[in-house]
Amino acid sequence: MGTTGLPTNITQGSRTKGGIGESTLRPDGTLKVTGEFAYSSDMWHEDMLWGQILRSPVAHAEIVSIDTAEALATPGVYAVMTYDDLPTEVRNYGLEIQDTPVLAHGKVRHHGEPVAIVAADHPETARRAAAKIKVEYKELPVITDEASATAPDAVLIHEGRTDLPQSQLRSTGGTPTIGHVPHPNILHRQPIIRGDVSAGRERADVIVEGEYVFGMQDQAFLGPESGLAVPAEDGGVDLYIATQWLHSDLRQIAPVLGLPEDKVRMTLSGVGGAFGGREDLSMQIHACLLALRTGKPVKIVYNRFESFFGHVHRHPAKLYYEHGATKDGKLTHLKARIVLDGGAYASASPAVVGNAASLGAGPYVIDDVDIEALALYTNNPPCGAMRGFGAVQACFAYEAQMDKLAAKLGMDPVEFRQINAMEQGTALPTGQIVDSPAPVAELLRRVKAMPLPPEQQWLTAGEAADVRQLPGGLSNTTHGEGVVRGIGYAVGIKNVGFSEGFDDYSTARVRMEVVGGEPVATVHTAMAEVGQGGITVHAQIARTELGVTHVTINPADTQVGSAGSTSASRQTYVTGGAVKHSCELVREKVLEIGRRKFGSYHPAWATAELLLEGGKVVTDGGEVLADLVDVLGDEAVEVEEEWRHRPTEPFDLRTGQGFGHVQYSFAAHRAVVEVDTELGMVKVVELACAQDVGKALNPLSVLGQIQGGTTQGLGIAVMEEIVVDPKTAKVRNPSFTDYLIPTILDTPTIPVDVLELADDHAPYGLRGVGEAPTLSSTPAVLAAIRNATGLELNRTPVRPEHLTGTE
Amino acid sequence: MRVNFTVNGRPQEADDVWEGESLLYVLRERLGLPGSKNACEQGECGSCTVRLDGVPVCSCLVAAGQVEGREVVTVEGLADYAKERSCGTSLQDAQHWSAQGQDSQTGEGTELAPIQQAFIDAGAVQCGFCTPGLLVAADEMLERHPDPSDADIREALSGNLCRCTGYEKIMDAVRLAAARQSEGV
Repeated sequence: MGTTGLPTNITQGSRTKGGIGESTLRPDGTLKVTGEFAYSSDMWHEDMLWGQILRSPVAHAEIVSIDTAEALATPGVYAVMTYDDLPTEVRNYGLEIQDTPVLAHGKVRHHGEPVAIVAADHPETARRAAAKIKVEYKELPVITDEASATAPDAVLIHEGRTDLPQSQLRSTGGTPTIGHVPHPNILHRQPIIRGDVSAGRERADVIVEGEYVFGMQDQAFLGPESGLAVPAEDGGVDLYIATQWLHSDLRQIAPVLGLPEDKVRMTLSGVGGAFGGREDLSMQIHACLLALRTGKPVKIVYNRFESFFGHVHRHPAKLYYEHGATKDGKLTHLKARIVLDGGAYASASPAVVGNAASLGAGPYVIDDVDIEALALYTNNPPCGAMRGFGAVQACFAYEAQMDKLAAKLGMDPVEFRQINAMEQGTALPTGQIVDSPAPVAELLRRVKAMPLPPEQQWLTAGEAADVRQLPGGLSNTTHGEGVVRGIGYAVGIKNVGFSEGFDDYSTARVRMEVVGGEPVATVHTAMAEVGQGGITVHAQIARTELGVTHVTINPADTQVGSAGSTSASRQTYVTGGAVKHSCELVREKVLEIGRRKFGSYHPAWATAELLLEGGKVVTDGGEVLADLVDVLGDEAVEVEEEWRHRPTEPFDLRTGQGFGHVQYSFAAHRAVVEVDTELGMVKVVELACAQDVGKALNPLSVLGQIQGGTTQGLGIAVMEEIVVDPKTAKVRNPSFTDYLIPTILDTPTIPVDVLELADDHAPYGLRGVGEAPTLSSTPAVLAAIRNATGLELNRTPVRPEHLTGTE
Repeated sequence: MRVNFTVNGRPQEADDVWEGESLLYVLRERLGLPGSKNACEQGECGSCTVRLDGVPVCSCLVAAGQVEGREVVTVEGLADYAKERSCGTSLQDAQHWSAQGQDSQTGEGTELAPIQQAFIDAGAVQCGFCTPGLLVAADEMLERHPDPSDADIREALSGNLCRCTGYEKIMDAVRLAAARQSEGV
């Protein structure tokens, strides 16, 4: 852990070992290193069948006919299902807008859309049978960008969609909105208007404009989409699944199956990463349908090829930015237009638009702002949630603009940012006053103050150059000739939690009792542990609040209330908050028992503030009143309660004004790169990060989040992009051979300086950690490459041809 | 077809194996050893890494029939393998490593290989899907190369993708295991 800042508020510490603030180790660590941890793809059941999905080979077409006869006649095949076999009239699903067909009906809208499903006794039999299904397609013209989507004669991606602006926003589970849009192929639109941009423009001494292109990124979690559906005797189904939000899945699955929610019993199995890609359903409904049809357990496991088609991606974007500044370096105005490609189905696009718009100005004070963000319906792959969504794309553009402005003013890029940095009390372009620490200038100062890696670090005394430290690496393309160093900075702002009036709550059931002569707490939530370490933190919170050593974390399932999604950097805040809240209620009940049993023995039971620490009831002065074992005796105390953060409100559909976000999270990066200017190869040498985390409940896990998020940002900068053919809207690189993610050789050292400035509104003062580092990492690397090469580089990822001019 | 081979020191027999099945499939679906992971099934991610006659391989790229009569070590056998290796060598104390359980799910009392313990201690495990392959690869590297430089570690593990950690804690874990090994702890 790096240097700790000066806290504005001392958060509650713990005198119970293993409580919050300690780097306790993962409770699932041993199972994960021995190979015994059961991921969703490891599920097995006697008599189990394997499911396979047949997907569309084209992006946009009418389905003329489907012939399943030959597939059904294949030995070993138990079922083949198409749209016509769906059991109820509910045949679509979706996170916010139910526009996604369970199986294609009459039309396919993107490459890889599910058309039919097969169950067989061996996965290869299922694959071969699926290939025998004959589907006749009549291809339609593809819509791939804003021009083709809004052309006068554009085919409507979703025919029959109406565009009446709806005043009802997606608030507390109400009617989903299709938004405030000028064309049916525009999925959602959010303007943010504050002040007067033309007045701001008149004050400006310099104006810079830029057009930026952001490529489509894949979450590339390693555990493929998978799960096991087991039909139950009561006509229901038990589903073992990897997801980010069990109850959101349940709400979408049950109506399609025609089952009440209590007959679809979901249990979280091991989740091999998520990063937003498991917010939407993948194979859940398909496995349940096949299980209910055949009466046998059905397992579905995507391979990597299919995984590229099986989940939504990060929205690619085109961003148009105009900023002005005065001679002394004060920003005057911002005019921006952010066009996100939502692909064929809505997924989380409305929320992505909301983030891109509301955070489009970045962590800067700008009085006159006019931003428009929108998402398109196209025939490209559907895009939705990925770490930092909306904010990631915007940060790439506004940070490039900051460097351009600083250069034009002849100022230091860090100093220029610091002059304009927002702080606590700043009004954002949405009108929201930021009412907790916003140490933007300080994070930049800290990241700049870190020592730089040595020049020519590939040289070691008396030896030949270590090519592993050079651009091109073991390809041995340079020994230092043509290699130029560059340094770049960036900072970003991300919202934490679900925004815009969403009822963002979580539920925790906490039980306390004596087991084997020791007080034990049991924590049961539906939180999806996807690797982030939420279960580690839940155990720490229970120890801190209940003074126990032993905490049992029950498996996440739908037998307890919703925990909300493991996304938006929200789980430690919201489900952590719920665990804390339920623990506090348990503590009160335990103290009531104590007062009842022992109150007459010591006046402090009635007069002092009492705590549970180290297995005992103690006064705030440290006097021990009783052992928890004696207080509890044979009694068990159990509480299940919901907990919610401060409410937010929707952004006004015309002006974007509103208290839309509950908390903000900030990180800054400094990138050091070496560029082989002859071949266009880039080596990122170091990627330093400073981030405010409010309070690090588990410092080791916090570092893991920051370093992991930083590396995903590095991926966007120099390697990762799903390439979609603009003529056919087909995905050209659906494999880890062709879609590259950073290896350990591509990833530099990532020194981290963690600042802990408490947010008084949040549990323990904590601030959501997971996403902010993904924002500023990418623009910092781009800035460093620009610094090394002098090139403008308005597109990410940067490829060798962009650096050598050989595109 | 029937395939006879040794897995983690025990003779195994897999029946009704289809000729197209990989070693990974046979381990996971026929022998009940799902520790080797199926992240890409195309030899790019390393999550299915096992030792085949001592050599690290992507088990997804090995046809099941190729392992007839040969020896395979998977992550499930790593602790025993490390213990056996350490016997009679200066590393004999390695067998003293065991999990320091904190919670009910830690699998208290499980005996671990030093590299496994180092991954837990260093925070190198997040979602854990890459972990089995990385452990097998890192353990093999430390066997060959007990005092690796950072560049050596990166080179040896460059065939193993991790999406969660940014690799920093994995580097820490391997350095930790190497240090403990050299101290003979």
